[in-house]
Amino acid sequence: MFKIVKRQEMAQGTVVLNEIEAPLIAAKAKPGQFVILKANETGERIPLTMADTDPEKGTITIIFMIVGKSTALFATLKEGDAYMDVIGPLGAPTHIEKLGKVICVGGGTGVAVLHPITRALKEAGNHVFCVIGARNKDLLILEEQMKAASSDLRVCTDDGSYGHHGFVTDVLKSILTENNDIKLVVAIGPVPMMKACSNLTKEFGVKTMVSLNPIMVDGTGMCGGCRVSVGGETKFACVDGPEFDGHQVDFDELALRLRAYTADEKESHACFLNKAKQG
Amino acid sequence: MADTEKKEKTPRQPMPEQPPKVRAKNFDEVPLGLSPEAAVAEASRCIQCKSPACVEGCPVRVDIPGFIRLVKDNDFTGAISKIWERNGLPAVCGRVCPQEAQCEGKCILGKKGDPVAIGNLERFAADHERANRKAPVPERAPATGKKVAVVGSGPSGLTVAGDLLLKGHDVTIFEAFHRPGGVLVYGIPEFRLPKEIVFSEVDGLETLGGKVETNVVVGRSVTVDELFEQGYDAVFLGVGAGLPMFLNVPGENFAGVFSANEYLTRTNLMKAYRFPEYDTPVIRGKNVVTVGGGNVAMDAARTALRLGAENSYIVYRRSKTELPARAAEVHHAEEEGVQFKLLTNPTQFFGDDNGRVIGMEALQMELGEPDASGRRRPVEIKGSEFRIDCDLVIIAIGAGANPLLTQSTEGLELNKWGYVVADEKTGKTTRKGVWAGGDIVTGSATVILAMGAGRVAADSIHDYLTIGW
Ligand SMILES: Cc1cc2nc3c(=O)[nH]c(=O)nc-3n(C[C@H](O)[C@H](O)[C@H](O)COP(=O)(O)OP(=O)(O)OC[C@H]3O[C@@H](n4cnc5c(N)ncnc54)[C@H](O)[C@@H]3O)c2cc1C
Ligand SMILES: Cc1cc2nc3c(=O)[nH]c(=O)nc-3n(C[C@H](O)[C@H](O)[C@H](O)COP(=O)(O)OP(=O)(O)OC[C@H]3O[C@@H](n4cnc5c(N)ncnc54)[C@H](O)[C@@H]3O)c2cc1C
Ligand code: SF4
Ligand code: SF4
Ligand code: FES
Ligand SMILES: [Mg+2]
Repeated sequence: MFKIVKRQEMAQGTVVLNEIEAPLIAAKAKPGQFVILKANETGERIPLTMADTDPEKGTITIIFMIVGKSTALFATLKEGDAYMDVIGPLGAPTHIEKLGKVICVGGGTGVAVLHPITRALKEAGNHVFCVIGARNKDLLILEEQMKAASSDLRVCTDDGSYGHHGFVTDVLKSILTENNDIKLVVAIGPVPMMKACSNLTKEFGVKTMVSLNPIMVDGTGMCGGCRVSVGGETKFACVDGPEFDGHQVDFDELALRLRAYTADEKESHACFLNKAKQG
Repeated sequence: MADTEKKEKTPRQPMPEQPPKVRAKNFDEVPLGLSPEAAVAEASRCIQCKSPACVEGCPVRVDIPGFIRLVKDNDFTGAISKIWERNGLPAVCGRVCPQEAQCEGKCILGKKGDPVAIGNLERFAADHERANRKAPVPERAPATGKKVAVVGSGPSGLTVAGDLLLKGHDVTIFEAFHRPGGVLVYGIPEFRLPKEIVFSEVDGLETLGGKVETNVVVGRSVTVDELFEQGYDAVFLGVGAGLPMFLNVPGENFAGVFSANEYLTRTNLMKAYRFPEYDTPVIRGKNVVTVGGGNVAMDAARTALRLGAENSYIVYRRSKTELPARAAEVHHAEEEGVQFKLLTNPTQFFGDDNGRVIGMEALQMELGEPDASGRRRPVEIKGSEFRIDCDLVIIAIGAGANPLLTQSTEGLELNKWGYVVADEKTGKTTRKGVWAGGDIVTGSATVILAMGAGRVAADSIHDYLTIGW
């Protein structure tokens, strides 16, 4: 059992942070890696990136958006409760090196995934521009942490309620225009956002890394459910990724594959909400 | 001789089964098990050969006439103790061994009529014991103080663990999944091997003092080097052949095209057949194509029927005689209504605007000259393309070596397909203190061969821990 030692709500309760006791994973995890969690006997296996780790304390931190049955169930767990299964660290760690100027772009809960990568890039001696966005001010997460982790933080909201009024791609474009020596862009967020960022950086000829989130089961390369097309080749995101060259990824295929179980997911979530209502 | 003739007159006792129409809609086990009377009658058919051919056919050399005589004498407890001398998982083997190619294939009675139902009798003895718990549990040798790490909890790992525990070593199994059992749990469906049987075998190991650490992906959570640093004296790798193969034809990434591993893992391990009570979904197709002809394909096609398919097709590029599945599986599949499209080779899949599979194009094949395996090679008939409408496709054409662990372990020699090179007689790899066995050495094979490899490795590990490398 993996005990929750700290629980915190963000973005008006739509996003939840859990700090979980998992000493073996905390000791090994590197930026960019994820875990798979299963809450109870009947639960499904859900991949979530580690937003932070504390090897001394033996804990890992996950930050998830409540989108369906399993994340809603996770959100009901209180401090002191435990996950039945946590598996990891999984996936290949981010390749961190000193390049010079880099830009980290995060949207939605992608910001949580971006956080440890941003910090590691800065610690490696890079000048890290960071652009984070959300639909509105209340949904923005980790602003303080991202400010500390980067060299230059820009914030934007779709509705203009805070920071730049517009999309992260607008700000990304202006940084790319002002700096012709950007060596790398890391873009993590919803599929359309990563696609738009990759299209933009392609015009500027800047190498771009994205973190893909296909539907997973085992996370060890044995089921092939997480397959994505990269440069015309099939890759298993859980072992070959989750990070890939954004200029090579078939985002449209990924978006369609992410919808494979939409009807079932609705049914499952509705059952859950119904049960919750009945107490 | 007169005796032989008399005994042959008792017919092979049929295995009672759920009727095909009923069972094709549920996940309960298909064969119901022999009654004690039927088991004794079946046992009495065995003529107790002096040099029994059946034993030659069994990879772990179960004393078949020995245990069958005990069944015949109504000593069911004695029978299970006799089987345990050679085989730690008889409830599993009795159900899933390809008996027609092994023990029963060699039985002398098979020359003129039906062989003795060795598998059914083995299963009977094991089930009887599980229900009654009378047999003395094997004694553990005094503790040696040596620690062994077993990676993977499939049949090879369970066998190594069981044998080494009895020899007095301290054994910990590390398993990547949240449940131990390997293919027995995530692959082979409930209707063929109830999971409760596998869990009771694992419980048995824990009763003997074995430790099972689930959720540990060796190579990621901990490396083989780190296991040695933590004080393990020997490591056994029994990680199976868990890399799904695909056809590499256009359209294979449409939603609704699964590897058999994914389809079966969702359904069996994650219990998607009980969705939404269990949270993991699986696509329930009306017209389902399973590509392949082995046990895995039969399991997938039969699972699809149980999940509501109106048409469940097996698409296989050779002819019926080449189907590699156990005879019983093909027979059960046919009875349940699985349709065989033989000499058929998929060339591409079609999808709709939502990226979901809606059809498959295939070519008709004919058998040509024999290939390296001695089987006649299927050749395409030009211009024979045809289309099958389908909303679910399961690719069950085999598995390869998963590189996750082997790539993170120095000093392990691999063959050109990525399988671990291990000595057949000892299971030793090219790295000191590391053994391997089962599918990660041989490629996809059988439960009993994986267990046999585990037995060989356990003996060698014991020698190493008591004598030296
Ligand atoms: C490597 C990786 C890292 C991720 N990291 C984070 C993170 O740090 N924070 C976060 O909020 N989300 C993250 N996700 C996404 C998260 O896994 C899904 O939001 C979650 O699985 C939804 O489950 P649900 O039952 O609540 O919702 P559902 O209603 O079941 O699903 C909602 C949508 O999530 C996707 N999804 C469903 N099941 C899975 C699954 N088993 N694996 C992956 N995606 C699935 C599908 O597109 C689905 O339509 C990550 C995904 C991957 C693959
Ligand atoms: C659907 C299906 C049906 C089959 N039907 C039959 C049948 O009827 N009769 C028969 O004889 N054979 C059958 N087989 C074949 C048989 O199941 C295998 O040959 C046998 O299970 C191999 O045993 P193993 O111990 O080598 O590995 P497996 O059973 O594959 O077990 C390996 C275990 O290791 C774990 N693992 C992998 N990597 C790691 C890691 N890095 N760290 C920790 N753990 C890890 C896996 O999760 C798994 O639990 C079938 C196979 C399948 C897939
Ligand atoms: S272990 Fe398998 S091959 Fe050996 S006797 Fe039993 S069923 Fe036959
Ligand atoms: S070969 Fe057949 S008849 Fe002879 S001992 Fe074996 S099971 Fe009995
Ligand atoms: S999640 Fe199964 S192979 Fe990646
Ligand atoms: Mg879900």
